[in-house]
Amino acid sequence: MDNLGTFLSVLSQGLPFTIIATVGGILLTIVLSFVAGLALLSSSKTVRVISRIYVEGLRGTSEVVQLFWIFFALPVLVGFQIVPIWAGILVLGLNHGAYGAEIVRGAVQSVPRAQVEGAIALNLTPGQRMRRVVLPQAVVEMMPPFNNLFIQLLKSTSLLSFVSINEITRQAQQVLVPRFNPQAFEIFLLLLVMYLILSLVITAIMRTLERVAAARVGRRPSARSRRQATGAGVA
Amino acid sequence: MNVWDWSFAAQILPALLDGLRITLIATVLGSLIAFVLGLVLAILGRGPTPVRIVVRAIVEFIRSTPLLVQVYFLFFVLPTFGVVLPALTVGVLALGVHYATYTSEVYRAGIDAVPRGQWEATTALSLPRMRVWTGVVLPQAIPRVLPALGNYVISMFKETPLLIGIGVYDIVGQVREVGGQSFRYVEAYTLAGLLFLLLSYPASLAVRRLERRSAVPR
Repeated sequence: MDNLGTFLSVLSQGLPFTIIATVGGILLTIVLSFVAGLALLSSSKTVRVISRIYVEGLRGTSEVVQLFWIFFALPVLVGFQIVPIWAGILVLGLNHGAYGAEIVRGAVQSVPRAQVEGAIALNLTPGQRMRRVVLPQAVVEMMPPFNNLFIQLLKSTSLLSFVSINEITRQAQQVLVPRFNPQAFEIFLLLLVMYLILSLVITAIMRTLERVAAARVGRRPSARSRRQATGAGVA
Repeated sequence: MNVWDWSFAAQILPALLDGLRITLIATVLGSLIAFVLGLVLAILGRGPTPVRIVVRAIVEFIRSTPLLVQVYFLFFVLPTFGVVLPALTVGVLALGVHYATYTSEVYRAGIDAVPRGQWEATTALSLPRMRVWTGVVLPQAIPRVLPALGNYVISMFKETPLLIGIGVYDIVGQVREVGGQSFRYVEAYTLAGLLFLLLSYPASLAVRRLERRSAVPR
């Protein structure tokens, strides 16, 4: 097929933005998931309610609306505009962090009660209990759902094309399609394959991390994780 | 210029509700496609090995790539094959096909959960293939997976706004229009967000309730 080199080079100019947004979004997601997820389990009711409002508020509204809100409404409220790529990372992190909070909460709750009782019997402080007993076991459980969530996040980076971040979807739709309209099929197929490869990379990294985390608590990865990811973040 | 203007908010609300109507139409039609096509994919996924491999590959590919790109794909590629459809139709098709890959996994789990004995009994009774599915397997599998299907309808509802990429004037499209004319974005986008929350939060509570109810007999 013609122009393949052009397509590849134009698309790969957008690749850094897609990767920065994905990696940045994932890092923010991890932080927010743990903060909000552990807050959901807090003994203080105020903390629980605040965290619940964050989780339900961001899961209940559309990601596109959140993106536009941060780009168009927030600058009016605070008086300055955030650099687009940072605003993009912020939206991706905030949105997926809300889904991740439920993953963290579920995984921590799935650790057998006897483990916590054992830690109390050994006179560990609440901090040590969480850090040395509960979390190392919970993290293993979190890996497969986090894998799905991160792939979801990668797919969401395509939305950043709406706010003029030149990531790969925008490169295809704004630069290539107007010039090579009859070859739209090849252009978008190439774009889809790029996303597929990126998502396979995420899965490979997460599988490795899961194996490491499982080995640290003396377990083998669950059968569940060997099956393929279940796709979308459930409402 | 004050930040929040109630009379402006009231003034743009009809336009937003009009956009919401398009969003809901797209969600309902998209869900219908997803429910039917997902079931077809799930049943084909249990067919002979070559069929199964092809179906799985297609499902994995569609699931690992962004919906927005698939929307663009249909919107720009179909015309090169001489198929010109209205933007909303393209959007509904893309939503339906994308979510069919999710719902097919849901159906698959439901079908797998039907006890083996039920299959054996259909063989013993030498029921025709069609009766096995419509009379025995699906009536047991589908009620169990209704909550999961409901969750996907809710997430489809929240993903519909990306159809503005191909110029479907749903709720977010209306917001851009009214926001762009008056340069007042705060009211428009906040209202849009609230409308989504107002619909999707009660819906997800209802799904959770259904989940608990269907969990009881097990």
